[in-house]
Amino acid sequence: MSANPGIPDTPAASADTEPGGASVSDAVARRQRWMGALAKADPGELAEHWAGLSELPGWQRLRAPEAGMVMTRGRIGGDGQRFNLGEVTVTRCTVRITDGAEQGLTGHAYVMGRDNTHAERAAVLDALLQEASWAARLERTVIRPLLAAATARRTAAARKAGATKVNFTTVTRGED
Amino acid sequence: MYVAVKGGAEAIANSLQLLAQTRRGDPQAADLGVAQIREQLGLAVDRVMAEGALYDRELAALALKQACGDVQEAVFLLRAYRTTLPRFGYARAVDTQAMAVRRRISATYKDLPGGQVLGPSFDYTQRLLDFQLLADGEAPAAPEDAEDPVAPTMPGVLQHLDRDGLIEPSPADDATETPADVTRAPVTYPAGRDTWLQMLARGDEGYLLALAYSTQRGYGNAHPFAGEIRLGEVAVGFVPEELGFEVEIAEVTLTECQMINQFQGSEAAPPQFTRGYGLTFGHNERKAMSMALVDRALRSRELGEQLVAPAQDQEFVLAHSDNVEASGFVQHLKLPHYVDFQSELVMLRELRRRFHESRYTREAAE
Repeated sequence: MSANPGIPDTPAASADTEPGGASVSDAVARRQRWMGALAKADPGELAEHWAGLSELPGWQRLRAPEAGMVMTRGRIGGDGQRFNLGEVTVTRCTVRITDGAEQGLTGHAYVMGRDNTHAERAAVLDALLQEASWAARLERTVIRPLLAAATARRTAAARKAGATKVNFTTVTRGED
Repeated sequence: MYVAVKGGAEAIANSLQLLAQTRRGDPQAADLGVAQIREQLGLAVDRVMAEGALYDRELAALALKQACGDVQEAVFLLRAYRTTLPRFGYARAVDTQAMAVRRRISATYKDLPGGQVLGPSFDYTQRLLDFQLLADGEAPAAPEDAEDPVAPTMPGVLQHLDRDGLIEPSPADDATETPADVTRAPVTYPAGRDTWLQMLARGDEGYLLALAYSTQRGYGNAHPFAGEIRLGEVAVGFVPEELGFEVEIAEVTLTECQMINQFQGSEAAPPQFTRGYGLTFGHNERKAMSMALVDRALRSRELGEQLVAPAQDQEFVLAHSDNVEASGFVQHLKLPHYVDFQSELVMLRELRRRFHESRYTREAAE
């Protein structure tokens, strides 16, 4: 029933290890990084960075933005047998660049939520990030700022949580 | 004889219009925006997502607005909406050990790696109405940020006990087995733990709370400890077919509860602690704890315990846990039953006629 039955979902499998044990190539690791940054970005945040981009090539939709769901899973006890938890809304899109030096490059996006524009922009950026002439620029103007903002949010939340950490003190009673 | 009855279309149209007007309430009061619900009624949003079994904060907030704040109606709306969406596939299991923790407490260990992090909670309030909120208040200030953020990942509390074999390990995963999915295949009994955890995760909070409470009051021997409760964000990894590698496509807020329970031991197993597990979308502590207690009660059969209490009865617990189903069947009684009721009336009149006839006959005979 799984859409990807060939990929075992074992606890040992991490982002940088394929089920077979072979190391994922650097290219794939880089793509995982930017696709994750684009997927988890707030649509408004991506829109701001997008607005700053000039001379984008044209593209066509191979698969128009489509909202759907992915079933999330948990593990019994946090580390044991898998079970289905509930679905999350996800929008996907696939584009191909139609002109310029990047012509023919294909970009994919699977992004959280139901924002079609967000998914399409993420797919275009995924295509362009595979092209060396764009990669450095997009890395600097889009991906790194998105990741930095996510890290900043996470750190801020961790500092607020840190303020609620209990410091136990022991009160000595009686005579010694 | 069956007589078809028509009519009511106009009354229904007007009823819907009246509902819409009632939803709006007094137009003198400001209209409540979906973003306001999402941000300021966040725990209601979380409950609707959990029981609606669909993680989408905006849609859950919209459902709450449309349902005039009726949580179960909002859950129904979300469930109905999800049937219109295609399923892209199954995600990798989330790693709650790698959760960005905003709250993590343990009732079994005072000192533990990462510490007791209280986070945002009602637990430490005195439950006194805050009349300042009646006035238009300014946004309250957050506490001053700590110098040291909480650790980016915290090991689970139960690992302490696990090392000494004092607690049972989690059931091992079999990568070749596909977890049961109650949205795709009907449930058969006895159900596996994967099946019931999915059902409990989407089950009604009030119902699970009552069942959990019953296990504490003696209907099933629970003796639970809250080993660990954690709240925070985890990444959802997914492997799109066309890519063949994993991408983090989302970040979701989850609440996890690890409950520890006594176990006397059996001929096969030494005495040790056993575990109940709860995991829900959003910040849903009461639900996660209830789920963990009910999970443990449902394991009674597996652990060879006597089945004496309602919470240990799988079919009873699971078949009635879904509030969309339960609400539908209870509320269907409002549908016209005119003909059924007429037939019962006819039968009742006949029975009463016979009853009185036989009494007269008896009295005449005396």
